[in-house]
Amino acid sequence: MAEGAMANDAFVVFDRVQKSYDGVTLVVKDLNLSLPKGEFLTMLGPSGSGKTTCLMMLAGFETATHGEIRLNGRNINTVPPHKRGIGMVFQNYALFPHMTVAENLAFPLEVRKLDKSVRDEKVKRALDMVQMGAFAGRRPSQLSGGQQQRIALARALVFEPELVLMDEPLGALDKQLREHMQFEITHLAHNLGITTVYVTHDQTEALTMSDRVAVFNDGRIQQLAPPSELYEAPVNSFVAQFIGENNRLMGTVTEITGETCVVRLDSGDIIDAKPVNVSKVGDRTQVSIRPERVETNKARLRPGVHTLKAEVTEFIYMGDIFRTRLKVAGHDDFVIKTRNAPDQIRHQPGQMIEIGWLPEDCRALDAP
Amino acid sequence: MTEQTADGLMLAADGKPLKQSLNRALRRQKLRAFLLIAPLLIFVLVTFIAPIGDMLFRSVENDIVADTLPRTVAALADWSPDSGAPPGEPVYRALASDLLIAVAAKTHTQLGTRLNYEDSGFSSLLRGTGRDVDDMGEDVGKALVAVDPVWDEPVTWTNLLGDPAWISAQADWAKAGDKTPEPPFVPSAAAQKNLPLTAAAYGDFARVMQTVKEDSPTEKRPWNTVAVSLTEDLKANPSAAAAFGADWQPRLSAVVAAEQGGAIPAADFMAAFTESDKAWGTPQPWEVIKTFSPRFTSGYFLNAVDLKMTPEGIAPRSEAERVYLMLFLRTMVLSLVITGTCILLGYPVAWLLANLPARTANLLMILVLLPFWTSLLVRTSAWKVLLQQQGVINDLLVWAGLVADNNRLVLINNQTGTIIAMTHILLPFMILPLYSVMKTIPPSYLRAAKSLGATDWTAFWRVYFPQSVPGIGAGSILVFILAIGYYITPELVGGAKGVFISNRIAYHIGTSLNWGLAAALGSLLLVVVLVLYWVYDRIVGIDNVKLG
Amino acid sequence: MTLKSLLSATALAMLPLGASAAFAEDLPPCDNCSDSMVLMSWGGAYQASQVAAYAEPYSKLTGVKITWDEGSNEAIAKMRAASEAGNMTYSLVDVEGPDSQRACDEGLAEEIDFDKDLAAAPDGTAASKDFGSAIINECFVPQIVFSTTFGYRTDVKEWNGKVPDNLCAIFDLENFPGMRALEKRPKKNLEWALLCDGVPKEELYTVLSSEGGVDRALAKLDTIKDQVVWWSAGAETPQLLADGEVVMGSTYNGRLFSAIVEQKQPIGMLWDWQVFDFDGWVVPKGLDEAQKNRVLHFLNFATDTQRLADQAKYISYGPARASSQPLVSTHATLGIEMAPYMPTNPANQKNYLVNNIEWWADNQDEVEVAFQNWLSK
Repeated sequence: MAEGAMANDAFVVFDRVQKSYDGVTLVVKDLNLSLPKGEFLTMLGPSGSGKTTCLMMLAGFETATHGEIRLNGRNINTVPPHKRGIGMVFQNYALFPHMTVAENLAFPLEVRKLDKSVRDEKVKRALDMVQMGAFAGRRPSQLSGGQQQRIALARALVFEPELVLMDEPLGALDKQLREHMQFEITHLAHNLGITTVYVTHDQTEALTMSDRVAVFNDGRIQQLAPPSELYEAPVNSFVAQFIGENNRLMGTVTEITGETCVVRLDSGDIIDAKPVNVSKVGDRTQVSIRPERVETNKARLRPGVHTLKAEVTEFIYMGDIFRTRLKVAGHDDFVIKTRNAPDQIRHQPGQMIEIGWLPEDCRALDAP
Repeated sequence: MTEQTADGLMLAADGKPLKQSLNRALRRQKLRAFLLIAPLLIFVLVTFIAPIGDMLFRSVENDIVADTLPRTVAALADWSPDSGAPPGEPVYRALASDLLIAVAAKTHTQLGTRLNYEDSGFSSLLRGTGRDVDDMGEDVGKALVAVDPVWDEPVTWTNLLGDPAWISAQADWAKAGDKTPEPPFVPSAAAQKNLPLTAAAYGDFARVMQTVKEDSPTEKRPWNTVAVSLTEDLKANPSAAAAFGADWQPRLSAVVAAEQGGAIPAADFMAAFTESDKAWGTPQPWEVIKTFSPRFTSGYFLNAVDLKMTPEGIAPRSEAERVYLMLFLRTMVLSLVITGTCILLGYPVAWLLANLPARTANLLMILVLLPFWTSLLVRTSAWKVLLQQQGVINDLLVWAGLVADNNRLVLINNQTGTIIAMTHILLPFMILPLYSVMKTIPPSYLRAAKSLGATDWTAFWRVYFPQSVPGIGAGSILVFILAIGYYITPELVGGAKGVFISNRIAYHIGTSLNWGLAAALGSLLLVVVLVLYWVYDRIVGIDNVKLG
Repeated sequence: MTLKSLLSATALAMLPLGASAAFAEDLPPCDNCSDSMVLMSWGGAYQASQVAAYAEPYSKLTGVKITWDEGSNEAIAKMRAASEAGNMTYSLVDVEGPDSQRACDEGLAEEIDFDKDLAAAPDGTAASKDFGSAIINECFVPQIVFSTTFGYRTDVKEWNGKVPDNLCAIFDLENFPGMRALEKRPKKNLEWALLCDGVPKEELYTVLSSEGGVDRALAKLDTIKDQVVWWSAGAETPQLLADGEVVMGSTYNGRLFSAIVEQKQPIGMLWDWQVFDFDGWVVPKGLDEAQKNRVLHFLNFATDTQRLADQAKYISYGPARASSQPLVSTHATLGIEMAPYMPTNPANQKNYLVNNIEWWADNQDEVEVAFQNWLSK
């Protein structure tokens, strides 16, 4: 659906938005973004990248220094937060400690002056939705982290907003619970058909939950794409580095032929790559190759491709996969991952091997 | 390694019961923990619990009447103020005996001070009578000497009444002339049996001479009460002389004869007291002594709540004498107002402190704490300069045209002054707990409330404010309890109508020396605080109080 | 000797007399005496005059270390507390007359054998005679006579050039409008009120003792009640006068002296019906032998004729010894004649009062309650 999104039927639009706190530096630089209704969009980036500021501007807690934010076609720059009708789940849930679970949920309905009977009905439905019906009378402090998370979600949804914002909502949960909640949240969002903007610095979360991911760095969106595209076709070295594990080699382009190019690494070795951010011979480039796309079995490589000599420095058994660290072209942090299969070779440290890859798996990106 | 005995007792590795081993291990820990807190415990006991206990005791303690006037109190037991008449001669006799001793020890003025608290005028009554009591019964003493000049000799009395063993011991002591104290006087068995009143009266005299005056009874003529006792003993038992040696029989017989012949007048202490002060001829002072003779009294507490103890029971004081309940009430009301203004002024400041960036907040915090670093008197004096009619604030208001020059505001030397100055002084005690509580309220709560559709006000009132209530509670308790105990500031800026009950307590401690009443007022204040604390606990819950 | 003769003896002081300030080099030796003392006094200018006039000279002559405690306004309470604790930490305590009476009544002070313990006058007059009526009880060693009197601003426009010349101007709001400062205590105020209500001096305490007497005095005070600032510390009135907060007010004459002479404030003094009071020493009970010997040795020196006269060079309070009066001369630093500022100056004492200590000892508590009650209404 994301691919089909058109600017004119966009539900949320950031139009050339800039934000500065101190009048000297911009924390958000020229942000353009549009979301269609029903999309689950994740803003991913390191801390300080501007993603949370964007979320806060959308929620109305920060004002844009320049540009326009539109919700459902309406400019909301001057609309106060409580009139935006946006549901929000906060990092630490922000459940009101002096109210019971039911009172927390009833709060948004109360301020909307709904009748008590309607309120009770909606609260009950929202609690059932997150399987917390039995906890209505408890105080937030009597709930576990996961339960609080569900209540926070229910509270953000109980007044049936069309847009829900989530600010690193799973950060405080342990790994297993987090994975479970990721699943639940995505399901709930899709089932209810609500538009979700989700902020996280956890790339796994971003990849598993989102329709699209906006990778933020330095106040800009570096890449806005569905998870698979983000992983497999990062458009620059930042995205390549930030999403998933990644081997980096620096070099200079010596030859470009259509979909492939030849890069001479700084160590003098020659490799094949796919030109992405390089346009001419002589460009400096950082090539990026995923560990699981490196091939050690020469038989499986396309004939004629360049290979590199590598020395095994470490072999780590990780159960489902093997992780082997190599010294390649002067770098000793080159990692390859191989599936734990019966025929898979277990390399010994000190062993010299030869590695290679398909040219399209190795992306010649910008040199940072 | 543990094992189990047949009866299910767990054993430690050394075979002793596990429980016993555990207890031993824990005892050492407990002892060490106790030793750690012991200094504080002793400190609290000595500086806090003990003074409070002492204060509570003082507010009911009333030994002085029974200790100073034991005979009078005993003699008054049969007298009832309902009779409307003063008590009989024996009571006056008893009072004379008591007063002679008290005057020698100079305790009659202390008793006068004590009873003056209950009945104005007692102080001078006892001081005046104390001067005269030496001469009471003088006519009897003189008549006795007229019968036989030997009665004027101090040794006559020691020889008549003293135990032979004591007489010789005394003589040895006098011969030795060293600095050891004189052997204490011991009456002879014969004297105690045949001249009981005389022996007792002389015993008192000798004891006072030896202990208080550090004189020998062999060198001082006894009090007139002794002479009076002798005549009465002889009247009751004219043949008493038979019990004494041959030397004594003619002397004592002469006294008996003189008595029968009317040469020795009957002692009239009642007349002597009435002559000293007319008041003794009325039931009034006797009522007071009788009413306040028990060793414990509720008098101070009654006084502290504008009541008084009368022979008919507890009665309210007259309109002009009532002041303490009004002061208690004023203290409570003003302290509540001060607590209220502290909340109103302190809340926004604490909110700013908790929400401003660290640097600005620190600066503001220094401003908040500034009053802590100035002495109380300096601060209070500063308020005077600011608030008085020719002061800075009035000058500014006049300059701004808000107030006419001849109609300047009275901001000091009244309750307004007390409220303003004490609010300023106590404000940090409100701000600091509020701040520490607000600091723990994440801003995300307000954001959450707003995102859920609450206006700024609703978000504050329904979400932020309830969470800051523990801070308000802690601040209010602190401010209120400090406020009701203040007295320097109210004394200096409160004028006539802005003073607190504590000012009265300070007055009774420092000026009137009525420590019993001060203790009773203090105890009541303590009770009021505890009651308010209890009420607060019932309404708000004391676990909801956070000091930081 | 009566107070009257003491006061008239001051007349002699007005004659220019060369006061000799020779130190008593022939200080008698002190056997079995401790080498330090703790003296309790009032602090401020008064204590400074004591230090200058006799404490420092005594230390110089004997090497005794003197420590001061400025606690005299709660002297009796402190003495009682020390006495109850069984550890009398004060060697000698400076108190006002009524407090000495209480200390004596409470058994907190030693009785003084005046002629034995204190120095005779230079002409051989025994101390008890020289101090005369200043000896108000057997525990009190008098030092000075001070008075409570009124000061007024000399620049009040509303008074049209008039200045108060008698006590009852205090109650005359018509001719002398403006705020007044009075002590927040009944003592003196009641007497003044009755005097201005037409009670002759001799009958003051008879009236006060009679039914409704106190009420009569309070009723007179009622006429100016809303024009009164009530003070509790003697320093307040001079400050209030200087700030223009009040146009007249009662305080101790020494305080007014420093406001007028040292600080040059536009303030005048109204001596009419000044109330005399004595200030002096009491020796606390419970001192050890050596300490007591030292204190008596010091007292003998500090209250002799010359030392008391010296004190008047530093503060405008009159010495309590008749024989000291002629030796009073000029201020130690300002060089002005002290006589016009002395309460004992004949020109200043046409009318004066002495509080009846006994009446106040009896009635203080009751009247205090009535007064506070009245204040609160």
